Amino acid sequence: MNLLEVKHLKKHYQTHKAVDDVSFDIQQGSIFGLLGPNGAGKTTLLRMITGIFYPDEGTILFNGKKFDPENDVHHIGYMPEERGLYKKMMVGEQTLYLARLKGLSKKDAVQKIKYWFDKFDINTWYNKRVDELSKGMQQKVQFISTILHQPRLLILDEPFSGLDPINSNLIKQEIFDLSKQGTTIIFSTHRMEQVEEICDHIMLINKGHKILDGSVKQIQQDFKQGLFKIGLGTMPNPAQMATWHFNIVETHDKAFTVKMNEDSSTNDILLHFIRQEIPVTYFEEILPSINDVFITQVQQTESQANSIAALPLT
Amino acid sequence: MEKIWLIIKREFFTRVRKKSFLVTTLLVPLAFAAMIIVPILMATTSSQHKRIAVIDDSGLFENKFPDSKDVYFKYLRNQSVDSLKLHYEEQGYEGVLYIPQFDISRPSGFEFYSSGQASVTIESSINRDINDIIEKKRMELQGIDQSKMDDIRSNVEVTFKNGKEEKKGNSWVAYGIGYASGFIIYFILLLFGTSVMRGVMEEKVSRIAEVMISSVKPFQLMMGKIIGIAAVGLLQFFIWGVLVTAIYSLIPLFFSAESMQAATQSGAMAQGNHADQVEMVRRIRDVVGSIHWSLIVPCFVFYFLGGYLFYSSLYAAIGSLANEDASDIQQLTIPVTVPIIIGIMIMMRAVQDPGSPLAVWGSIIPFTSPMVMMARLPYGVPGTVPYWQLALSFICLIGGFMGTTWAAGRIYRTGILMYGKKITLKEALKWIGRQP
Repeated sequence: MNLLEVKHLKKHYQTHKAVDDVSFDIQQGSIFGLLGPNGAGKTTLLRMITGIFYPDEGTILFNGKKFDPENDVHHIGYMPEERGLYKKMMVGEQTLYLARLKGLSKKDAVQKIKYWFDKFDINTWYNKRVDELSKGMQQKVQFISTILHQPRLLILDEPFSGLDPINSNLIKQEIFDLSKQGTTIIFSTHRMEQVEEICDHIMLINKGHKILDGSVKQIQQDFKQGLFKIGLGTMPNPAQMATWHFNIVETHDKAFTVKMNEDSSTNDILLHFIRQEIPVTYFEEILPSINDVFITQVQQTESQANSIAALPLT
Repeated sequence: MEKIWLIIKREFFTRVRKKSFLVTTLLVPLAFAAMIIVPILMATTSSQHKRIAVIDDSGLFENKFPDSKDVYFKYLRNQSVDSLKLHYEEQGYEGVLYIPQFDISRPSGFEFYSSGQASVTIESSINRDINDIIEKKRMELQGIDQSKMDDIRSNVEVTFKNGKEEKKGNSWVAYGIGYASGFIIYFILLLFGTSVMRGVMEEKVSRIAEVMISSVKPFQLMMGKIIGIAAVGLLQFFIWGVLVTAIYSLIPLFFSAESMQAATQSGAMAQGNHADQVEMVRRIRDVVGSIHWSLIVPCFVFYFLGGYLFYSSLYAAIGSLANEDASDIQQLTIPVTVPIIIGIMIMMRAVQDPGSPLAVWGSIIPFTSPMVMMARLPYGVPGTVPYWQLALSFICLIGGFMGTTWAAGRIYRTGILMYGKKITLKEALKWIGRQP
């Protein structure tokens, strides 16, 4: 079931189209990566989903019904990229305040704060002022206050920025746990290695347009270039390598990276070595990283945009 | 509604719990207490005589200066001014008064030497005494008898009455009350307005704004802050009122009637005239009773709140345009601060001439009405301020603050989420007409 369905969403500013006809669905319980270079329109899109901005056109369905910011914000937890806390407030007081603004009763909120402060082992911070904490500590508090009201949709914009590896891992683990419990998560970033690790599904936008979306595996399949790495017991001489099944892209120590030709199959490559009695130690497909896909796609759309813009001149 | 209530509570309690709140709330009544107590203490304890040496070459003034509790005149003969003015301090004198031989028709050459800070009181009383004595001498020379002169002197007091009302019009009291309340409102607008602005800036710069906006509407956040700070102000005024009244009524318990009397009299001395002073005190009591408090106080609260809502939302909008660089904000506040300053300037004119067109229009236009109307009201309704003007002023201010909060809300909700670039006022004004 889709928790969120976005249809033909548009938001125009005076000078540019921040979001231009973007549609996508997010399944309940999935981790959805929203990718795009700076200024692609990610933040504008998220602000519409969180009810901060109204779309100029298009609809958002939340849990099958038309999105109603007034009530639905209680089921959304949003950690924006530009985030912070009231510096002079006590940590406990602050989380309580933010939780109550999300519609929790005082009793409920206190109970949940206790649970999370125990879990993160930060009970001693309760009566500390926010500005006495380090930046990483503040991020933890921020994360807790985002998830305290058990949102059905959790939106995290660059959640790991400013976190050390240990705290990054802690938060990452929490994201997986929440997802297992059924929380739907939108994860916006331009850090690709995290996307591959965390997300089931991604969408790439640039200049307000959706460029592609799909599951991480599917996208890697769609953009693979027939690259394989083959490990060998002994390195063959150049004459033994002559074949029309593949080209050598890179030579390693007792291994090659090869690009398979279109009409060949993986078995053709393996047979080539086996017939020459060269021992094969391993064989693996090299899938494109999301980072590569991202860069080529962004560059491609840019060059398209440039060539379209250049057309009237030629 | 529940959310805005939570916001109000936070704004209120974070401010009220600050040390600075406690300090200012207690300091003001203490300052007030000091203003009353210090003169009493001075009058009762400082009976240290100041001796003044008089060298009178004319012979006219011997034993003529009236000694008082504080000042004692010592008439010295056979001493030269030149030596005395170098050594008077060693001989225990506060100063030296030198009176030369002079022509009674053209007196001149009077000199007073002191170590630089002869008190204003002494200076003016010596001046007055010398003139009195010379006047008396001249009357004698003209053959005018003192008692005749007293008969001739006239001291008629015109009672200024307001034609439309039964009560006495007391323009100088109206002036005082108008001036004071106009000024208080001016300070409230500036102080509380900038307090709202700083609160908004803090939210923006500490990056909590977007987190908040994902839970509450920007307008709720803005109004919560404005109302919360107003509540802090009202509480502070209330505490001041209670403490000042308490101090005022408790002081007589700690000081005897005589010392109070002494304090009033020493004050009277400074201004010269006992009888006038006593009369003045009596009249103040009369007049304070005759003021329409039941009109002035509610109007003050109305104009305080109305003016505050009108301007604080504008200040909130300006605060939302802030960036890390706080210096930009100074420039942006000018369009909001200038009307307030114009208001106080019109108020100062209006309090002197409450019927002038400037005063009338200034008290109707909501940019200045909170200050200007408060300056006019004590002169009387409907005598000086007709009902229609008061009603129009009310309506304009209510309409005005609804307008400014609406427009400011629209600037605010865009500005508060706008990071990283410098925003011009022109740009901000365009946001008023834009869909969020």
